[in-house]
Amino acid sequence: MTKVTNIVVAGLGGQGVLKGTDILADVALRAGYDVKKSEIKGMSQRGGSVTGEVRFGKHVFSPMVSAGEADYLLVFEPTQVDPHRYMLRPSGVLITPDNVPTDQLPNKKTLNVALLGALSAHLPMAEAQWLAALRAGFAETFFEGNHKAFLIGRLGQEAEARSPGL
Amino acid sequence: MNEPNRLLLSGDEAIALAARHAGVALGAGYPGTPSTEILEHFSELGGHAQWSPNEKVALEVTIGAAFGGARALCTMKHVGLNVASDPLFTAAYTGVTGALIVVSADDPGMASSQNEQDNRRYAVAAGVPMLEPSDSQEAYDFMFAAIEMSERWKIPVLFRVTTRVCHSYTVVQPRAANGAPRPPSFERDIRGRVMIPAYARPAHRRLRQKLTELQEWNETSPLNHIVEGGASLGIITSGISFMHVREAAPEARVLKLGFTHPLPMKKIAQFAKGVARCVAIEEGDPYLVEAIRATGIPVEGKADMYRFGELDVPRVRRILNNDLSPEPAKPPGKPPQLCDACQYRIVFESLRKQDCIVAGDIGCYTLGVLQPFEAIDSCVCMGASLGVGLGLRHVLPPDQARRVVSVIGDSTFVHSGISGLVEMVYNPPPNGHVLIILDNSTTAMTGHQEHPGTGRTLEHEPTGKVVLENLARSLGIRRVHVVEPRAATGEFERLLKDCLESNELAVIIARRPCILIAKQLKQYEEARCECDAPQPASVPAA
Repeated sequence: MTKVTNIVVAGLGGQGVLKGTDILADVALRAGYDVKKSEIKGMSQRGGSVTGEVRFGKHVFSPMVSAGEADYLLVFEPTQVDPHRYMLRPSGVLITPDNVPTDQLPNKKTLNVALLGALSAHLPMAEAQWLAALRAGFAETFFEGNHKAFLIGRLGQEAEARSPGL
Repeated sequence: MNEPNRLLLSGDEAIALAARHAGVALGAGYPGTPSTEILEHFSELGGHAQWSPNEKVALEVTIGAAFGGARALCTMKHVGLNVASDPLFTAAYTGVTGALIVVSADDPGMASSQNEQDNRRYAVAAGVPMLEPSDSQEAYDFMFAAIEMSERWKIPVLFRVTTRVCHSYTVVQPRAANGAPRPPSFERDIRGRVMIPAYARPAHRRLRQKLTELQEWNETSPLNHIVEGGASLGIITSGISFMHVREAAPEARVLKLGFTHPLPMKKIAQFAKGVARCVAIEEGDPYLVEAIRATGIPVEGKADMYRFGELDVPRVRRILNNDLSPEPAKPPGKPPQLCDACQYRIVFESLRKQDCIVAGDIGCYTLGVLQPFEAIDSCVCMGASLGVGLGLRHVLPPDQARRVVSVIGDSTFVHSGISGLVEMVYNPPPNGHVLIILDNSTTAMTGHQEHPGTGRTLEHEPTGKVVLENLARSLGIRRVHVVEPRAATGEFERLLKDCLESNELAVIIARRPCILIAKQLKQYEEARCECDAPQPASVPAA
């Protein structure tokens, strides 16, 4: 079986976790991969922890990421890092608001998109596919802000990857 | 791989899309996680969808539609089928003229439910065929198959899905619609549809005959398939478990069952004979294992510890390895809670302060059981707050009985609290009783669906409205109070105290729209005023 990429997105209700997961899954679909996205709704809507999972590759079976097998863990809220760390594989990449220059964001609500930008620097999908998914996933009026936030996240992560010793 | 019509759909959305493509004339149900989105999506796609007061009524409405020759879809969560089981069992006898698909969305692991019952048992108990898709593509494809089956054998079909199938998004390629439905038309069939004992006895025999034929058909049905693999390990599985199996044991030969009642026993026997070790992998109850073993076919099941909760890839690996060691505990996430500005906070604070014994019910407000309130003492099923509270009042010593209160939400009250209210009037406890209806003008927990008490349809259009206080008064209850719970006024608490001390029957309707949808509700109300909608003739006389 060819490699499947596993991504877990975690945060609290109202932080745009599910929206972020939607965009991520849409990008993978646009790039031609088999994609599965899993989320648990219900009680989590009342301010509790919210987790979304995306798996993509040539062929994906289970919609759920197994504990210790996430390649990427995207966490929107610092308190949610520890409860979700067990999902990450030992060599996996953790992306948190610390990876994004949050003070440069157009507004706080674009944090989820900035984190997707940071994630995008690690994934094979083209920038144009990300932008198409952002355009489709939000109302047109939000595109400019989201575009900016996405690039801030993406470029920041690329710079980090280039700088030695990090 | 870039087919233009690849859609990423949840299982719920795929069911709705197939229903639309297959010409389903009417969808009815009651909201319940993880089934709610099916009818919402069906409506968005232009289908005729309605929320019923409860699942029993929804199933009866769709039975009527199917008697009239239409293709009908009824949706509910697993516990909803308990409510709808009465019509289901006899609809299996009567059969249908059009098509009737009953979706049961089970919740193994209880992401948002009060139990994890396995509704595959209902297919056996009621004697209806059952299909179990394992992803959104199958959810889409199996809907067409279910409709064809329902029309061919004139029988309701149980369409059993689970949380991970309902709420996982997977790729779907839609197909051309199957044969157009016949236009609905009434055909009299008194012996077929009037289940007096004389007509029901032959109907039961007809049902068993249909099931025999269905089982025979299932032996070669394309809804089951074999994934080739080595002969050392064979796995029999269905639903979402199939996906976990393919990943946990890619080398295994797999019999993937899509049509799981009545089971294709010859096919299963042949499969089992061809492998050295045969294991049934299934979530929840040992349904497959028991049925297969009962026919004398040796098959391994799972250890009892895996009966609880959902399966996933690591758990399937453990089952196959006979690993009985304790499973690693998942770190707890942040638990849900009542919204900061929720009006029910005031209610639960008051209940706590007065040391009430609270028979609770199902909804957001069940969160009143958690800190800081811890003000709910029981929660059994939809509507149970009334009966449980009354039962407590009847037997407890007076000093305790006087503190018993039933608490129920508006949607839950309409669902199955009304009969409990009738019980309260008919068999009043010696010291009266107090019912609090938390009326936030919506079905909040499942994502803000309408119900008969809101006076708006599934599509938020004005319609007949059941006015809760009028209904309570019409039953002869003298103390019926409508109050908006507000912080710092003490008004609610005083009212509660008065009612408790009155030793009479009392209904307190604590009314304020859910803050999460206050804006939308205002828009709906304005729309209602503008169009000045004529009231339907069938407005309840409450």
